[in-house]
Amino acid sequence: MATGSYTFVIVAQGDTPVYGAEFLAAAKKDGQDTSHLNQLIIHAALDMVDDAVWTSNNMYLKTVDKFNELLISAYVTPGHARMMVLHDVRNEDGIRSFLHDVHELYVKVLLNPFHSAGAPIRSDTFDARVRALAKKYLT
Amino acid sequence: MAAQRPPYQRLGDVAFSKVEKVNAELFTLTYGAVVVQLLKDSEDVEQTSIQLEKMGYNIGVRIIDEFLAKANAGTCTDFKETGEVIAKVAFRMFLGVTVDCRHVVEPNAPADAMPAFHLIIVDNPLVDFVELPEHCSTLAYCNLLCGVVRGALEMVGMRVETKLLKDTLWGDEHTEISVSLKELVHEQYRDDDE
Repeated sequence: MATGSYTFVIVAQGDTPVYGAEFLAAAKKDGQDTSHLNQLIIHAALDMVDDAVWTSNNMYLKTVDKFNELLISAYVTPGHARMMVLHDVRNEDGIRSFLHDVHELYVKVLLNPFHSAGAPIRSDTFDARVRALAKKYLT
Repeated sequence: MAAQRPPYQRLGDVAFSKVEKVNAELFTLTYGAVVVQLLKDSEDVEQTSIQLEKMGYNIGVRIIDEFLAKANAGTCTDFKETGEVIAKVAFRMFLGVTVDCRHVVEPNAPADAMPAFHLIIVDNPLVDFVELPEHCSTLAYCNLLCGVVRGALEMVGMRVETKLLKDTLWGDEHTEISVSLKELVHEQYRDDDE
């Protein structure tokens, strides 16, 4: 499977980012830091997601936006939390499975009585599990 | 005598099959909501733990009657047996889980030392989904259970001290509650004339 770099962000309802992670390909780590640019691109793509939501019955919206050679895939939960993945290689099936599984983890976080909706996810277990999923599907 | 009695495990299964059930997630989330609301109201982790224990106590003093009426557990001959009944019958009946009961004997305790046991809950339904945030990492989330045991035993003449020793939310493998007997309370009768 192609190895690429991925930036993953969960944006809760009300456009508040609640979780973010980067999974970089080993070869690209020496390059300059583009995480700020990536955030900007993902932020810009949110509008595209809001449009795309109404065109599909699926929660996985596939690729919703492009920026140069970068692609943005999105997955919208019924609670309108948007999971965005910025990636530079095509890997539709992997991203679909990844987002589907992260959705399950996200539901578990929401069920935690100590978590309030729209609050940033600070749980270490969640982070570790997302990274494990990324390793499984995105490399 | 004890050998003729059905094992407590089976007694617990029978009691469990007779009681009304409630959806586990509803139960877990309701308890979670209660704890969080308590925490918000009192704004103090220690106070919340104490309050949970008190709530449990109030449940315990009521639940014991229901237990004795429905579980058909008979009379316990000693404190050790009480532990077994709580672990195998009571927890099974009300929470649907079987709990292990470990009797602890202090290595150099005097012969007349009060007995104690530990209840080990491996599959605790209260803590599903829950993860303690950093600012209340010392919260005794399951302290309600301690209170229930204390309240129930007090109603049948045993003053005990219960403490949450381990909890999965604190990073332990299981939830563990220590129950140690403090005093056997004998009922005192008084003449009406006095």
